[in-house]
Amino acid sequence: MTNLDTHSTSRVASNERFYFMLRPMLFVAAFVLMLSSAFAQITVNGTITSEDQQPLIGATVLVKGTTTGAVTDLDGKFTVQVPDQNAVLVASYTGFAEQEITVGAQTQLTIVLKVDIQRLNELVVVGYGSQKKRDVTGSVTNISEKDFIKGNIATPEQLVNGKIAGVQITSNGGAPGAGSRIRIRGGSSLNANNDPLIVIDGVPLDNTGVSGAANPLSFINPNDIENFTILKDASAAAIYGSRASNGVILITTKKGKAGDKMRINFSSVLSSSAKSGVIDVLSADEFRAIVNERGTAAQKALLGESSTNWQDQIYQTAFSHDNNLSLTGSLKDLPYRASIGFMDQNGILKTSNMNRLSGSIGINPSFFDKHLKVDVNLKGTSINNRFANQGAIGSAVVFDPTQPIQSGSNTLGGYFEFLDPATKNPNTLAPRNPLALLNQRSDESTVGRIIGNVVLDYKFHFLPELRANLNVGLDRSNSEGNINVPAGVGQFFPRGGQVANYTQNKNNKTFEFYLNYVREFGANRIDLMGGYSYQDFIRESTDLDKNQAGEVFNDVFFKTQNTLVSFYTRLNYALKDRYLLTFTLRRDGSSRFSPDTRWGTFPSAAFAWKINEEGFMQGNNLFSNLKLRLGYGITGQQDVGSDYPYLSRYTPSEPTAQYQFGNDFFATLRPEGYDANIKWEQTETLNAGIDWAIRNGRVSGAIDVYSRKTKDLLSVIPVPAGSNLTNQILTNVGNIENRGVEFTLNTRLIEKEDLSWDFGFNVTFNQNEVTNLTKVPNPNYQGVQVGGISGGVGNTVQIHTVGFPTFAYFLNKQVYDENGVPVEGLYADLNGDGLVNLDDRYRYKQADPRLYLGINSQVSYKDFSLSFVLRANFDNYVYNNVLSNNATFRGLTGTNNYLLNLSPNVLQTGFANNQYFSDYYVENGSFLRLDNLTLGYNLKGLLGGSSNTQISLIGQNLFTITKYSGLDPEVAGGIDNNIYPRPRILSFGLNVSF
Amino acid sequence: MKKQFFKNSIKLGILAFFVTLSSCIKDLDRTPFVEVTSATVYKDFSNYKQILAKVYAGLAVSGQQGPAGRPDISGIDEGFSTYLRQYWKAQQLPTDEAVIGWNDGSLPDYHDMDWTSGNEFIAAMYNRIFYQITLCNEFIRETTDAKLSERGISGENLTQAKIFRAEARFLRALSYYHALDMYGSVPFVTEADAVGSFLPRQASRTELFSYVESELKAIENELLDARKNEYGRADKGAAWALLAKLYLNAETYIGASKYTECITYCNKVTAASYALESDYNKLFLTDNNKSAEMIFPITFDGTRTKTWGGMTFLVHAGVGGNMNPADFGINGGWSGLRTTKAFVGKFTDITGATDRRAMFHTNGQKLDISDIFTFNDGYAVTKYRNVSSTGVKGTDTEGNFPDTDFPMFRLADVYLMYAEATLRNGQGGSQATALQYVNALRQRAYKGTTGNVTSINLDFILDERSRELYWEGQRRTDLIRFKKFTGSAYLWPWKGGVKDGRSVPDHLVLFPIPASDLVANPNLVQNSGY
Repeated sequence: MTNLDTHSTSRVASNERFYFMLRPMLFVAAFVLMLSSAFAQITVNGTITSEDQQPLIGATVLVKGTTTGAVTDLDGKFTVQVPDQNAVLVASYTGFAEQEITVGAQTQLTIVLKVDIQRLNELVVVGYGSQKKRDVTGSVTNISEKDFIKGNIATPEQLVNGKIAGVQITSNGGAPGAGSRIRIRGGSSLNANNDPLIVIDGVPLDNTGVSGAANPLSFINPNDIENFTILKDASAAAIYGSRASNGVILITTKKGKAGDKMRINFSSVLSSSAKSGVIDVLSADEFRAIVNERGTAAQKALLGESSTNWQDQIYQTAFSHDNNLSLTGSLKDLPYRASIGFMDQNGILKTSNMNRLSGSIGINPSFFDKHLKVDVNLKGTSINNRFANQGAIGSAVVFDPTQPIQSGSNTLGGYFEFLDPATKNPNTLAPRNPLALLNQRSDESTVGRIIGNVVLDYKFHFLPELRANLNVGLDRSNSEGNINVPAGVGQFFPRGGQVANYTQNKNNKTFEFYLNYVREFGANRIDLMGGYSYQDFIRESTDLDKNQAGEVFNDVFFKTQNTLVSFYTRLNYALKDRYLLTFTLRRDGSSRFSPDTRWGTFPSAAFAWKINEEGFMQGNNLFSNLKLRLGYGITGQQDVGSDYPYLSRYTPSEPTAQYQFGNDFFATLRPEGYDANIKWEQTETLNAGIDWAIRNGRVSGAIDVYSRKTKDLLSVIPVPAGSNLTNQILTNVGNIENRGVEFTLNTRLIEKEDLSWDFGFNVTFNQNEVTNLTKVPNPNYQGVQVGGISGGVGNTVQIHTVGFPTFAYFLNKQVYDENGVPVEGLYADLNGDGLVNLDDRYRYKQADPRLYLGINSQVSYKDFSLSFVLRANFDNYVYNNVLSNNATFRGLTGTNNYLLNLSPNVLQTGFANNQYFSDYYVENGSFLRLDNLTLGYNLKGLLGGSSNTQISLIGQNLFTITKYSGLDPEVAGGIDNNIYPRPRILSFGLNVSF
Repeated sequence: MKKQFFKNSIKLGILAFFVTLSSCIKDLDRTPFVEVTSATVYKDFSNYKQILAKVYAGLAVSGQQGPAGRPDISGIDEGFSTYLRQYWKAQQLPTDEAVIGWNDGSLPDYHDMDWTSGNEFIAAMYNRIFYQITLCNEFIRETTDAKLSERGISGENLTQAKIFRAEARFLRALSYYHALDMYGSVPFVTEADAVGSFLPRQASRTELFSYVESELKAIENELLDARKNEYGRADKGAAWALLAKLYLNAETYIGASKYTECITYCNKVTAASYALESDYNKLFLTDNNKSAEMIFPITFDGTRTKTWGGMTFLVHAGVGGNMNPADFGINGGWSGLRTTKAFVGKFTDITGATDRRAMFHTNGQKLDISDIFTFNDGYAVTKYRNVSSTGVKGTDTEGNFPDTDFPMFRLADVYLMYAEATLRNGQGGSQATALQYVNALRQRAYKGTTGNVTSINLDFILDERSRELYWEGQRRTDLIRFKKFTGSAYLWPWKGGVKDGRSVPDHLVLFPIPASDLVANPNLVQNSGY
């Protein structure tokens, strides 16, 4: 029978269809096999307990080499039939080491399972080294491949979205390869960078974007990633000192292991994406009726005969595929992994596409009796982008639905546009035909990026406790982009089209060296590490903008550089393996600051107590893990955009900003404003947490409470007029605080032979508050207005004010009539001066959620698995800029020789003019989204003994429950204005390894 | 063998490590690639003119990249941030000469006359003024006689450098003049105050008046003679015109009449070789740089001096309705600026057939404004255009950025200042010359003597200034001098945000010190009424 089995599978390997036909037959064969084994049976009874003699409920006993088995009952008892005395039973239970017992003559067995030390000893990558999971003192979350989200995922951070407490990942829309805004425990800064530091295989990346790429992280193929480690609190992250204020994400890629046989893995995902909805606008007939009712004769004359749903026109159902092939193994003593991937992703907005060819090679040999370990990683990626003109999204919302797509004439490429009646050229104030915007603009880029490093790790021959580690890495990218708009079309009509070219070269270098000394004596263990790091970032770009006739409008060259030098040390001390202490200290120098202020010192300390190891806990069977963690640390921030903010310098003007003297034009030299004393921003973090596990690890979790206080904020504030060469300057002033609680729960609800159900839940409560904004305390200071909107020019709707959250809305309080309809232009006179104006604005809610959570679950039944990820945000408010812009009759009255479609909301409000500053447009954006639903089926052994084949059906962004009236309430920054809609995606995935 | 190899390589490694370490720390002294540090920029004399050009360009463009990209000041849309655009709005929008139909932030406050210290446009004007002042201070500080000699600047270069310095002092005086005119008492900084974190003291309006006066008198002889400098650069004529303007308004500023001094400086201007442009409309076209009437312009160019403010704003914002953008040399209008019935009423014949200064577009426009946000309400003004006197469109292919320059001071203004100062009993002039000057303007406007007047009085002068100088950034100052800006002495449509106009409080003759600066600088005291 076994023969038949292998035989048939190998025969069908090349033909899936044949296999499906054969599948029922295999079931029959298996059934016959089970029946035949029913002869000559021995019945074995037994109990499975833990070392402390507690019965283990739901533990599995399997007869080795068969599918026969049993699951323990409430008393830990089981009964199983074995064929003979040579049978071997395999007992297993989550969190415990597997055990094999030869039955022999026994019919009564007591199997004692030991806690799986291996699991608790699992290593977690921390900054500059790794630590046993059980010895970690800081707030660290580790997520490995098996927990990654599957589907059409082009960019690494989406692998873990919703899976980690305290980490909020908001994609910037649905464009192919689009990036995300990642916030770990809220933003710690106002004007400096709020992105976490990302370190790939020991190479810290810079946070600036890569020209011609939607997202700098899209260069990392998610399929090459083995795990993510997120360092959340200062004691974990402070070893990265200057760049750690917003947390650190350590990404480790897959590697080969010594002695492994070669394994080939092929995976393929085919996806179809479609829009999940459209923005509400009037239909052609509704719009025609409104114009005929309210419009002037001239406006009525502008109405067209067509009925065009512009939003349907610009979107498409888009197909994508992502194929990856990897080889992992060991060539004698040379472990290796090589992979190649090709992804082609089409966007739902017509003309958007990204394709990525990525390859990686890693080898990690050891020499001299494993004293010298070498780790070489090289990742190379080439991305081709075709960016769609996203202006089409807003244009499709407002474009007159009574107009046709094609005008019927040959001018303007055949597309309809509103014309200036006098010149017959495209009306410069009118929106452009959305399809013309897409089809008449080619915006393409090619970007290559290489990230590589060599790590030499040497354990001294004469002193094996001492290890030296050298890491040399580089991160280079080259971008080139071209934009082409032909002359004589709607966009860029007056200037005769566009031929633009841009390039960017980035060259970042990393050099790191540390020594690590580990020694145990008695009940003490010390682990001391000290090192040095040098990083250098150079960025160079050109920008050339011409029209089709070759006339140059802009020709810009830019180059900039910054360097970081650091010294760091860490001491881990463990007493009796129960009391753990960690101290870190980092001293960073940044070229962005003057010699007097450039060095910053960032210390941290943490203490952990493994309570369950204490004698008084020994009799306690509840906790298999109970650890208290306390941490304190200071981290810094120097990523302020400009590389030379402390220097007095003169900037030359471009040829387009010269000044005329006589008949000559002179390029100008501008003295720049500067703050000679600018220095590090510092974030002080306190963290207290408990890690726990009960029922031998079937239920585990963590709770963390934190407070993060940032001082000497790098803020842009008004300078006293006359004191500097600018009106606003980046300087160190102000404080903000983030406080929060994180709660994580992971549990295996069911564990039976064929059925398991895992459930995970994480929730984060984060609240931030601005506590100071001025050098001289001033209670009358209104704050810094932020949150620019579309509509009017320079209008803002948010503010940073002392005593309020960052990005609080700052608007007039709408007055409603008895029917609950907002009264146009009528606002509460909140300052009571008898006038209603912008001085009556008040602070209302905020953009960031106060509470966000992720729920994930996986049910496995035999070879089937079903998993989902739900994500929810609460108390995040959204300014509906789409409505404030389009839901007024201004679309009729304020236009000149063109028409704008309206939002049906105007029929409720009746607003004649835009009321940009009404709080009516701020809506609760709380939502619950089904991010991912995956149905998987495992075809074990399909391709022979050790092969593994999985197929899956994956749905992404399947539904969103929200009260928000706009398209999507998940808006980074809180101002919803025509973002590229996130598609609904259905995928088919295949993963084969052998 | 193996061990020895390792020991040696470790020793070598440690040595190499410390050598690289010290050089790595030096790597923290990074200097810019594209920019020049101030330590080196003044060593090369060829940079001086470029730095001076920046001080001038500060009046025209928004930053170092045209039309936008690297702004000088922030906190407001870059296109809004330019000196001329803000100056023009502050001087024109609260008056009878202009309304704007845009819903940008607190912009409507200018009509409604209910602005507060939080108004971002008022703040932008203030910030521009002080940006300009600190630019001047920086240049003046770096070009003292001592510094010039220290850097070995000599001979013709030294002569030039001193002229440059005098021009920077003129430009600083100009901005301080605008500050004292619009904000009254403001922070006071000179070249003696180095760039850094300090709190400037507030100078009284009287002190500022004396300072502007003394500065202009001090540089009077250092500047090149009238019309002898390169076009666009300030000369003696510019300083005289500014002094005349300062003295004409002295009653407003310091409560003392200085009409005699006004006439003195008007006389210096009229004695120089300025001449009225033959046709009024040519003053506002792309070739107005050739005009002998121009005393001090802000220059613009369609390809080399690009901005979304300045003349781009003035030409585009006034075009809308059924006006043909091609007639204005631009690609399209912005449907913003019109004028009120009160201003239209200053002309007896609005067709432009008799008084050619009446430049209105009335087709499709209503004389009465019932909705300020509707372009068709109110007559449009066709004064500024991006075409030459021979009808050639400006150089910008796109049709965005005009070549037309803005006349900050021109001879006609000086004629009218002379006439007014004489009527206000200033000494040194004569009624006959005053009448002659007024009629010279009217003769140009009427293309003959049919519009000549035989007598003039102050009310006539105010109206005549409006007819001659409308939309040139003069109106607010003029109405205040004639005490018609606030109160109920003169109501125009939409004054105070009311269709028929309303009386507004007197404290509005000064704009408030922006709240942002009151917070940044605790030395400052707000103007009364705010």
